[in-house]
Amino acid sequence: MGNKKHTGRRAFLRQVSLAGGGFLLGFSIFHDAEAEEMDALSRIPGADISGFNSYLSISKDGTVTIASPNPELGQNIRTSFAQIVAEELDADWAKVRVVQAPLDTKRFDRQLTGGSGAIPHSWKRLRTAGATARRMLIQAAALQWNVPVEECSAANGYVLHTSGKKLGYGELAEAASRLEVPKDIPLKAIKDFKIIGKPIRNVENGNIVTGKPVFGLDFYREGMVFAVIRRPEAFGAKIKSVSAEAAKASPGVLDVVTFRNNVAVIARSTWEAMRAKKLLKVEYEAEKTLESTADHERIFTELMDSGQAQSKRKDGDVDAAFRNAAKVVKAEYQCPFLPHNPMEPMNFFAHVREDGIELVGPTQTPQSARKAVSDLLKVPEDKITVDITRLGGGFGRRLKFDYAVEAAELSSILKKPVKLVWSREDDMAGGSYRPAVRYRFEAALDKDGNIIGYKCRGVGLNEGNSVRQDNFPSGAIENVLIETVNHISPITVGAWRAPVTNFLAFAEQSFLDEVAEAAGKDPVQLRLDLLRRAKEKPVGRVGYDVARMETVIRTAAERSGWGTRKNVFQGFSVYYSHASYVAQVCEVALKNGKPEIQKIFAVSDCGIVVNASGARQQVMGAIVDGYGHAMFGKLSFREGEAEQKNFDRYRLIRMTEIPEIDTAFIDNGIDPTGLGEPALPPTGGAVANALYRATGVRIRRQPFVEQPPFRKTTG
Amino acid sequence: MDVFKLNVNGKSQTVDVTGDTPLLWVLRDHLRLLGTKYGCGVGQCGACTVHFNGSAMRSCLLPVSAVGDAKITTIEGLSPKGDHPVQKAWEEVDVPQCGYCQTGQIMTAAAFLKQVPKPTPEQIESAMNGNICRCGAYHRIREAVQLASTKTK
Repeated sequence: MGNKKHTGRRAFLRQVSLAGGGFLLGFSIFHDAEAEEMDALSRIPGADISGFNSYLSISKDGTVTIASPNPELGQNIRTSFAQIVAEELDADWAKVRVVQAPLDTKRFDRQLTGGSGAIPHSWKRLRTAGATARRMLIQAAALQWNVPVEECSAANGYVLHTSGKKLGYGELAEAASRLEVPKDIPLKAIKDFKIIGKPIRNVENGNIVTGKPVFGLDFYREGMVFAVIRRPEAFGAKIKSVSAEAAKASPGVLDVVTFRNNVAVIARSTWEAMRAKKLLKVEYEAEKTLESTADHERIFTELMDSGQAQSKRKDGDVDAAFRNAAKVVKAEYQCPFLPHNPMEPMNFFAHVREDGIELVGPTQTPQSARKAVSDLLKVPEDKITVDITRLGGGFGRRLKFDYAVEAAELSSILKKPVKLVWSREDDMAGGSYRPAVRYRFEAALDKDGNIIGYKCRGVGLNEGNSVRQDNFPSGAIENVLIETVNHISPITVGAWRAPVTNFLAFAEQSFLDEVAEAAGKDPVQLRLDLLRRAKEKPVGRVGYDVARMETVIRTAAERSGWGTRKNVFQGFSVYYSHASYVAQVCEVALKNGKPEIQKIFAVSDCGIVVNASGARQQVMGAIVDGYGHAMFGKLSFREGEAEQKNFDRYRLIRMTEIPEIDTAFIDNGIDPTGLGEPALPPTGGAVANALYRATGVRIRRQPFVEQPPFRKTTG
Repeated sequence: MDVFKLNVNGKSQTVDVTGDTPLLWVLRDHLRLLGTKYGCGVGQCGACTVHFNGSAMRSCLLPVSAVGDAKITTIEGLSPKGDHPVQKAWEEVDVPQCGYCQTGQIMTAAAFLKQVPKPTPEQIESAMNGNICRCGAYHRIREAVQLASTKTK
């Protein structure tokens, strides 16, 4: 982000805009642009270009620079986006550079990271951008050679002529950029892909392994002050009194500011602020009920039986089905609140000036952050810039922009550039949790073991809808009732990787295992039978693709040798989320009578795999995440206060605890669907089902380590 | 406030801070060596790992007053061109997801391989067990340490 002059470029942009008028295609070519200039470039007033989802520039030396609009938090979007553009462009991958675009709603749609949605959203746009640019480069070469376009082709950063002549993209970029932008350029056939699908390494690896300052916490600006905030320890408490003398006298402290329910310590350095924060004396009083985990147990039980349920789906006559059942299976499952714990704690830089606001930091939702700051400080959005740094993890936590707003508010109060830093304790105890949920499932079986009725009721603590009513097995059962009940708690929640399904899948897939046993059926066969029913005689809306789900089930069973393995116990699970399908088989062995989770097979259908290395990473990471949290994840409360505030008491999975993972992908040529989340939901169920097979003990609560067979009595 | 003379990445550095300031924050706020990360501040996650006379150490719990004339190496000083065998292995295996913990992982691995150049998988796991990777890139971290052990002489 230099301060170079952009007059030349502005003129050029206007020229292209006039000549082409076709920027809606979603790209433009700029000759000789530099990456540093691109951030500023996107803010040039008058370059009124809409509908972008990426843009690229080609410099004279042939370097292709692609701007990636979506925040990068480890989903590898920066690499995947660039691959898609480069594929259709026929670029030389060795000459591709990728830069992070700042927030720019004029140019980019959906500039956020969440819901595993970036690739599905951008797939066609990015391909079209690359293909159109490629066509213009070919046209420019044909003009220069004075030959028909049909005699020219492109490969690896060059335009080639049938005579053997060739010109590099760098030599053609300027001329190409002056051409009219063609429309309706055909895209490549999948079989011709050379870059998409390859295991291309993360474009940021070099920066990461050498410790370059790419994360939000690494952003420093001369003259900025450091802020930390003391918030109430208990959810539902508010400040009664503040005594800040000792903190103010602490070395390096510049100020102590009380705003809303916060006391901020401002200092010359992070440590000086953190140290002084401990010297604050703040008294709190309860404003709302201070809930403990024991209260949650009671609330779950009460609401499960008598809560005001919202019916989300009703098929057939459920009561009759259960009346006529030969057998009824019923079970309850429960999960605790969970913090996200991204490794980079929350932080943001804000500089509120007379003429506008500068925001810099790690956020999954730059647009919402800007809007919130605009609303709070009454500054129009077009006077606020947001630069998106790399995110040291997100998992949904940074869909919330509370910390960005805090930084802006402090800067506005202090009239200084402010760097706000949350401690780990602030983050873990600060409340943006996966909601705690309890489910009750009931299945009615006929005398042949067919499921004739199915009920699911979810009770969530701050979970508006804890069910996925149109998901499997809805559509495959004649009589269904799906309901949700919500309790409004002072404990604040947020989207946690694969919201709702991250726990619902475990509960449902475990329950189906219980049903299979009661029906005397193989768990895989039970699922296949249900799917056949959904295909042949669907009931109501079927929110999933039966054939795709069936394929991942069969492939996972085959790949894991389902039902044929000796000396290991297998558990099965399959789930559809974020438009993708993942089936998993977990293998547990008994070592001296104790269960050992050894391996997880995962078969994923996310359509076309854009990056074979990144895709495997997402699946393996999601499984480690899902497994680790199912096994160990627990956040409990005492009078409104989290009892685990750092990694000394909150257990995250470590290297010695990981199972082996086998990954496979269905190659079906379908346009790509999500992959940041879908491999997480099935894991808990596969593991619990395998543990049941091995030990005969059914786990119905997370964390598993607090349940039998890992612990003698239930905690 | 006191003046501390530190030996960081082979260079003599002077900082004027209180003696209880953790080395982590001296590196980050005062020397702007930003590759060393803050993750938990209680020595549990390993994101802040540096080398202290060649051994892996958590910089978040180490007060600057206790550093003395020890040789401190950060990720920025691990190799002249980012080409330490561990760094190269990390790139080759394509380890990073979000990448935040990786400099700490690399520093732990580099110190470990100096002590145990040809480790078994179990030795790798126990050496790396103190470093949390929230993205769950553990399989590749393990693979990269193994690969790096074949690259070191």
